[in-house]
Amino acid sequence: MTNKPKITISTSPFLHDQATTPKIMWELGYTLIPVLLAAIYYFGLSALLVSLASIAGCLVTEYYLGNKGPLGSPLRDGSALVTGLLLALTLPPGFPLWMAFVGGVVAIGMGKAIWGGLGQNVFNPALVGRAFLQAAFPTAITTWEPPDGRYWGARGTNLAMPFYQGEPVDALSTATPLSEMKFSHEPTALADLLLGNISGSLGETCAVLLILAGLYLVIRRIINWRIPVAILATVALFSGIAYLLAPDRYPSPGFMVLAGGLLLGTVYMATDPVSSPLTPKGIWIYGVGIGLLVVLIRIWGGLPEGVMYAILLMNAATPLINRFARTRVYGYS
Amino acid sequence: MTGSTQNGLKEKLLTFRHGVHPEEYKELSNHQRIERMPFVEEYTLPLLQHIGAPSKPLVHKGQRVRRGDLIAEAGSYVSVALHAPVDGTVTDIGLYGHPNGQMLPAIKIRTDPFSTQQLDQPAQRQPEELAKAEFIEAIQRAGIVGLGGAAFPAHVKFNLSENQPCRYLMLNGCECEPFLTCDHRVMVEYAEELIDGAHILQHFIQAEKVYIAIEANKPDAVVGLRAAAAKAGFPVEIIPLQVKYPQGAEKMMISAILGKEVPAGRLPIDVGVLVSNVGSIVALSQYFRHSQPLIERVITVTGPAVRRPANVLVPLGTPMRDLVEFCGGITGEAARILLGGPMMGIVQKSLDTPVVKGTSGILVLTEREVQDIDTFSCIRCGRCLEACPLFLNPARLGLLARKGLWDDMEDINALDCFECGACSYVCPSAIPLVQSIKVGKSMIREKKAREKNQA
Repeated sequence: MTNKPKITISTSPFLHDQATTPKIMWELGYTLIPVLLAAIYYFGLSALLVSLASIAGCLVTEYYLGNKGPLGSPLRDGSALVTGLLLALTLPPGFPLWMAFVGGVVAIGMGKAIWGGLGQNVFNPALVGRAFLQAAFPTAITTWEPPDGRYWGARGTNLAMPFYQGEPVDALSTATPLSEMKFSHEPTALADLLLGNISGSLGETCAVLLILAGLYLVIRRIINWRIPVAILATVALFSGIAYLLAPDRYPSPGFMVLAGGLLLGTVYMATDPVSSPLTPKGIWIYGVGIGLLVVLIRIWGGLPEGVMYAILLMNAATPLINRFARTRVYGYS
Repeated sequence: MTGSTQNGLKEKLLTFRHGVHPEEYKELSNHQRIERMPFVEEYTLPLLQHIGAPSKPLVHKGQRVRRGDLIAEAGSYVSVALHAPVDGTVTDIGLYGHPNGQMLPAIKIRTDPFSTQQLDQPAQRQPEELAKAEFIEAIQRAGIVGLGGAAFPAHVKFNLSENQPCRYLMLNGCECEPFLTCDHRVMVEYAEELIDGAHILQHFIQAEKVYIAIEANKPDAVVGLRAAAAKAGFPVEIIPLQVKYPQGAEKMMISAILGKEVPAGRLPIDVGVLVSNVGSIVALSQYFRHSQPLIERVITVTGPAVRRPANVLVPLGTPMRDLVEFCGGITGEAARILLGGPMMGIVQKSLDTPVVKGTSGILVLTEREVQDIDTFSCIRCGRCLEACPLFLNPARLGLLARKGLWDDMEDINALDCFECGACSYVCPSAIPLVQSIKVGKSMIREKKAREKNQA
């Protein structure tokens, strides 16, 4: 035999499933493309600019602080890109770009790198970035521009100078469906919520796309189906009970599920495997907990929206849930 | 399940919960009829080819032996006899390479080139005339062990005490490891012997019913055995199971068929079940009906790096190199040589060891199947938890093993793991989970042994 084989010694198993961590991350990223395109459709160039700023913040931070990993660069596994895009989708279209960039830096720096990088963080990095922005720039992050068919101009305060507190811009600012509900009890038509012809963050406008993306991710087994089922069922059930008791005071369950960031948070953030529990039992507890918190904050809390805090709070509870929600091992009663 | 893997078996297929679906690769050899390996010049028979004490040699250097002659007797109760696979001369009793990686005592026999190699052994007393104790002794003398891979002495397993009633005899023809097809071919080509052996054993253990479990990717075996079973004078049912790994693990098979769990740390007999590999049952029939002790077995030689994948009836002690050469040899692409299947098989550093009773397959893989995947951090996706047939938490076990926290591993049932490898198979970060758990298990056992010695 001229071509002598090189035999390696190792231990079984010798076969491996097709799915790998980078492939999962990239596939998750691809499903965000339609969501981003919808945001650009509704909000024009601004949506793209905000996304690029946030992604740039994430990639730069990951590049300098991330673990090199087996691929030779921390950027190659795609996870920082997904974080950047997800963060952008939680921001309003007229958000200052420099703030989006800072949000990206915080998302990766404080949401991921300081915990030890990929797989080590307790909280979802994109939501850490978003929570930081909410605390640091409460006005900018709640200034909503309606979709108005303008494609080319940058909106609102997109181009504000860093750290320059100018006059509030004269652009149109509207209430989101949730704040309209909260502060003036005006529900929005469900058809508008489904299609996205409403004001809100980049990624929380078009419910249909998010539902389709969620179904795709569940079928591809990239996200655990129990999480969206638990969250949405809890929100629908809990708010449904409130609605039945006092229909004129509380929003309908359909509105609760479709409005605001619930679908975006449910499909892409609550399902982050790193910051959600491991066992099926734990996942049910986690999902129901998020659903309950969302309804509590939205209906009885001071804020119109509570998805971010609900997910972050349940992220914090995840290590505890993992400790107690164990599966019964085969052969033990 | 998809229609293609069900292969026209219309009934509802039973299975266990969790598990994985690796690519099957059975088509390389599942239609190859069993071929008889020609006799080679020299055979090496390790005295340890089973679990338990090594056999004790009864021959000396230079002694002539006939095919089927007893050459070593059982070394203790948990041990079996060993027989000459050929007519020839004993040339040496000494240390030789064993497939488990060690140098172990073995009997070397040089084949008589002029012999016809006809099996010419005195007829056995028929099982119908035997008392139970005589039957158990006969099986030990026949050298029969579990041919699924573990090679546990069959007589020990079959020797049930009065307070261990056996309701069901389950014959394991699942063959859930990818690539392997030897049990499949045995079930197709030795259906009569299998039913006969099942009847003999069923009679002695007084089982109410015999189940033969077969994964649905072997429809010809299901159909053939059903035909043979229809003529049998005892209750036997052929049960096709879903194609899923590790369906052939005895706990998983029992769960699938009876919907019962074997309690942790106990044996199938504690839920009234005796499990045996199909090959061992054929060997049982052949011993009583044809006076042939366990001197040969069917082995699948396969893999993309084998030129002519085949199912071969091989005399024990045949050098693996000769067997692989008989199958056309290996190509330059060979990257791993394994004994057994790709999920639980044991890697070999060379082909210079002999075929033993527990050798079910020789598998030669190329880099394409092995796919060295980069290891990432655990992203806690939970795929390993959904793969583990025992509902363990492999992610956590792996983490604890890498930190050396053996006690914590024991607390979360590390010792229950039977090392099927489903966790490592699915891990998208390619973390060596089962490999670390194996290390952890041996550390826990070592510590327990130390504590026992001190006490």
